[in-house]
Amino acid sequence: MGVSTSLNDAGADKEVATRALAKEVSDKGFLVTSTADVINWARTGSLHWMTFGLACCAIEMIHVSMPRYDLERFGTAPRASPRQSDLMIVAGTLTNKMAPALRKVYDQMPEPRYVLSMGSCANGGGYYHYSYSVVRGVDRIVPVDVYVPGCPPTAEALLYGILQMQRKIRRLGTITR
Amino acid sequence: MQERRASKRTDDKDTADMSDEALKVLGDHIASRRTDCVVSWHVTLGELTIEAAPASIAGLIEFLKADGSCRYTQLIDITAVDHPEREKRFTIVYHLLSMHQNQRVRIHAAVREDESIASITELFPNANWYEREVFDMFGVLFSGHPDLRRILTDYGFRGHPLRKDFPTSGYVELRYDEVQKRVVYEPVKLVHDYRQYDYLSPWEGAKYILPGDEKGEEA
Repeated sequence: MGVSTSLNDAGADKEVATRALAKEVSDKGFLVTSTADVINWARTGSLHWMTFGLACCAIEMIHVSMPRYDLERFGTAPRASPRQSDLMIVAGTLTNKMAPALRKVYDQMPEPRYVLSMGSCANGGGYYHYSYSVVRGVDRIVPVDVYVPGCPPTAEALLYGILQMQRKIRRLGTITR
Repeated sequence: MQERRASKRTDDKDTADMSDEALKVLGDHIASRRTDCVVSWHVTLGELTIEAAPASIAGLIEFLKADGSCRYTQLIDITAVDHPEREKRFTIVYHLLSMHQNQRVRIHAAVREDESIASITELFPNANWYEREVFDMFGVLFSGHPDLRRILTDYGFRGHPLRKDFPTSGYVELRYDEVQKRVVYEPVKLVHDYRQYDYLSPWEGAKYILPGDEKGEEA
């Protein structure tokens, strides 16, 4: 194992930064930051997800928004319409018959849009990899940002995937995607 | 298995369904009343199975529905079994339930690949989708069906997936095409080779050598 040079580290202590910010606000009454930072901060805190529940993974997706894990405390909200969503969680087996419909829903989402592939079936066909009727991974149909492994992934795993998605949005650091 | 079922039946008479004797009486009754339809019948594992002639299947099911000592008023399922080695390749299987008599019956009808069988949608409206499913999965034609088209597989699907000679991976796969801006169909190209799995437990009975096994013998 060599020394990691990627961005995959813990970063600065957030508490220190928060305390510094609080001090600055109470001191001067305003904050100075870049527009890109504010916009990305707003994006991570309002991931409206398009629920694309296709199979048993959808049950875990329901669990994650129930009181125990309470996904909505991260500012997310389940949306029934793709026109109002930023994030699509593909939860379950994508069949050939469903694939054009999935792509259509993805095309209807406004930019910036993100896709989270949840579970083995969505990641690469999983159990149904050799089937005549299943797409071997949703990345054949739509571009995927985060893959959550598992069959099905636990609600915790999905929550972690969504936190990684927020991190990705934050680290991308640009307004245009 | 059979003994256990039989003993259970004698233990709790109140909740017991039909005993084998009662099923035999029933099978005899049906066979004697519809000699033209019934090829043979047998009681196995406490279940009555009737081998029927496919030409008169609708008549037999109508009889089972209407007859006073049968009253099979519910159609539970229609499915099929593919036996490629047989001359009559497909066995169509009907399951009926009589809520009045608290009993069930299974009807087998063997048809050739080029033969069609009468639809029973007139008798049981729910047969409509079952027959569409059998047509979709096996390619068996039901004559007299009001709307015989595919029900489960993709639009424009080729072949009948549950036939034994259908390749598991099918013929086409999908991909979104950035140039055409739509989902396109292409011939199947497997990135992973198709694997033939055996179901032997590695703890008991597997005779093959796995990579790394030789290390165990050295030690």
